[in-house]
Amino acid sequence: MSELAERFETHDPGEKQVAEKIRCDACPVMCYIADGRTGACDRYGNVGGRIVRMDPLTILDHAAETGGAVVPFVAEGEAWNGELVNTGRRFVTAIGAGTTYPDYKPAPFIVSQEVEGVDLVTVVTEGIFSYCGVKVKIDTDRHIGDETATVRSEGEAIGHVTTGEYGSQMLSLGGVHHLTGGSKAEGRATCDALLNLCNRKPVELTIDGGATIIVEAGKAPVIDGKVEHRMRVGCGSATIGMFATQWRGLVDEVVVVDDHITGVVSEHQAGKVLGWEETGIKIIGRRSTPGRYFKVSEPGLGWGGTTISDPLSILGDWNAKKGARPGLSMLMVSTTGEQFAYYELDDQLKPVEKPFPQRLQKSVGLIEDNCEPALCTVLFIGGAGGSLRAGVTENPVNLTRSVQGLKTYVTVGGAPVYVWPGGGITLMVDVTRVPEGAFGYVPTPALVAPIEFTMRRDDYVRLGGYASEIRSVEDILAKGGEYLNPRRGSGAPVNNPWPPLAQLRRARANGAE
Amino acid sequence: MNGPQAHWLADGRRLHLNHGPIDLIVEVFGEVAECRAAYAQAVARFQTILNELVDELPELRRPASLKPRAFDGATARRMEAAVVPLAESFITPMAAVAGSVADEILAAALAGRRLDRAYVNNGGDSAIHLGKGQSMTLAIAGTGHGLADRITIRAEDGVRGVATSGWRGRSFSLGIADAVTVLARTGAEADAAATLIANAVDLPGHPAIHRVPARDLAPDSDLGDRPVTQGVGALSPGEVARALDNGLAVAEDFRRRGLIAASALFLAGQSRISGSVALAAPNKHKAKETAHA
Repeated sequence: MSELAERFETHDPGEKQVAEKIRCDACPVMCYIADGRTGACDRYGNVGGRIVRMDPLTILDHAAETGGAVVPFVAEGEAWNGELVNTGRRFVTAIGAGTTYPDYKPAPFIVSQEVEGVDLVTVVTEGIFSYCGVKVKIDTDRHIGDETATVRSEGEAIGHVTTGEYGSQMLSLGGVHHLTGGSKAEGRATCDALLNLCNRKPVELTIDGGATIIVEAGKAPVIDGKVEHRMRVGCGSATIGMFATQWRGLVDEVVVVDDHITGVVSEHQAGKVLGWEETGIKIIGRRSTPGRYFKVSEPGLGWGGTTISDPLSILGDWNAKKGARPGLSMLMVSTTGEQFAYYELDDQLKPVEKPFPQRLQKSVGLIEDNCEPALCTVLFIGGAGGSLRAGVTENPVNLTRSVQGLKTYVTVGGAPVYVWPGGGITLMVDVTRVPEGAFGYVPTPALVAPIEFTMRRDDYVRLGGYASEIRSVEDILAKGGEYLNPRRGSGAPVNNPWPPLAQLRRARANGAE
Repeated sequence: MNGPQAHWLADGRRLHLNHGPIDLIVEVFGEVAECRAAYAQAVARFQTILNELVDELPELRRPASLKPRAFDGATARRMEAAVVPLAESFITPMAAVAGSVADEILAAALAGRRLDRAYVNNGGDSAIHLGKGQSMTLAIAGTGHGLADRITIRAEDGVRGVATSGWRGRSFSLGIADAVTVLARTGAEADAAATLIANAVDLPGHPAIHRVPARDLAPDSDLGDRPVTQGVGALSPGEVARALDNGLAVAEDFRRRGLIAASALFLAGQSRISGSVALAAPNKHKAKETAHA
């Protein structure tokens, strides 16, 4: 769905497209669809100028324990296996399940399934998460903004830059203060940005005093209009450590320019071990330990995440007493290998740029090859609160205890989650593992996310579950929910375990019978 | 762009084929090896059927006349053949697209196979196969009107297609019928006839009927600017009867001409039946009078 929607993003998001027909390219018919209508298939519609997949209840087919597409066909290049019976495993997700918020009544679906002789129950609901947000990891060394700087979408504050991680910048977006604590516009912009990020659509974010970034889960970040291709191999010092032997004998000095720690091979421990000679180089910056320098420049969009466009600007005068001599050769390179230059000292011991020599090409290429592709990753984080839990059991704290005690397995759209230790059910999930279009919103504003709780049937009854509401998977496939919404079969994302089996195995590993 | 998909429904017996607007439910009955081969043939044929139709879509959206046009695709030819006999009224081959796709996939499944029974259901427009002495029971709309909700088709009835049309359905209708179900020789013929009979169940100019030009709803609709029904307000029992009788006249005409075997028309709790409830084959009982009250 996201790629379809993108292709139709031909206008400003703010510009309202009324009654405009757009062309759907979900299938070869390529219907023109008027605003607010669906195409011939009734599956895709024009919602405010975007092609959107209308969301029926999604039932995942786990073709095998490790997941897999539903009997893929020629489109995927795989052959139908010709089986006459369905050998797959099904999991009713909460996508399209609806919600009972804020009523204290049973969740829309309470599904029973027998797995390896054990009766399991999955409680399926769409949760309204007033307390929710996303954590965004952006693989880049570029300075995108100061820690705690405000992150904006459509001009509204929706979060902030948080502590950076190795090779990545981190954003913390959303949360109850931006969603409901500020102005209406702030809440709406926050909700929109979160929804789009969770549904894997691109979102443009601007950081106060920093960069403008396009973030899309699972895709490379676009920073101030430039696509970031690679993550740095390590800091400047680490790069020296990794590649010092490769440069030995090919060049007299190597400087790896980095926003965090700039490395100098002749002074660095790694160079010393190899018997590297002194070169009389002088780096302008704060020396940490030999060959490692902090603050050679301000963070920026130049070399190695600094503001530097001319790397020579970080060098002081060369000292002949410490080994500087005419003809001495030097490589300067960034931590991603994307920027590099070669210099030789002239008779006045001034570095002069020379054509980049073939012999160093390989080592620079190696740095680049060792850099992983830069990605944006988006984790949804939310707390499953009061009435959501009440839809599962008459005594909500029992559900919390059951989750904390590992007796209940929690999934979001069938995807495994990380549940934070401590009180409550605060969970995080990688949005790329959740089926597409799984997240929704309510005007509160708050996000709506699917959530499923899987546990043994006897445990469910014991914790005060709605035993009389339990239905079979077959019954749900046949009849759907209270509002008879359509059912949709979908392949479970690869690598998501089948939730009932995952819970069973986990329970056994924890000593349950 | 999404490609053709196939997967088993929950019962593990019925195959669901989907590509864009086409949703087929396929089930075959017979020896296991024959069934397996038949499903494989259906799936193989399904891979290209939508693209073939799309190739000729502009012409398929144009009205038919009594003079048949030459289409390349087998399915397109089925569509044209089904609508040409009805082309005194405005009709495009798209009126028969669902039934024709069902016929085409059923034919592919049957080719060279020995099956007792089979059906391809394309969103209520179905093609069926009945071996000698076999029969199939179908569920139809109209329960609660004193009519049976199940009808049984026997091999000797000559009926191999059943289709339903109405303004509440997925396709647009020019009429106000809740549902018109038609039994005919093929899915395509049933589909085309159901469309026209449902169009005829109407009260032209009635203020309670909300109509919108088709193009406003679906810019590339084959119905162009023709007003399609989007809402039907309260009608008096007399008006309902008049609308149904308008449709029945068309259904009777089709039946007498041997174009359909039978038809059931539903609107606002009333109904009409054209043809025998016992379902006679077209042409076989041409002269038989209507069984409706």
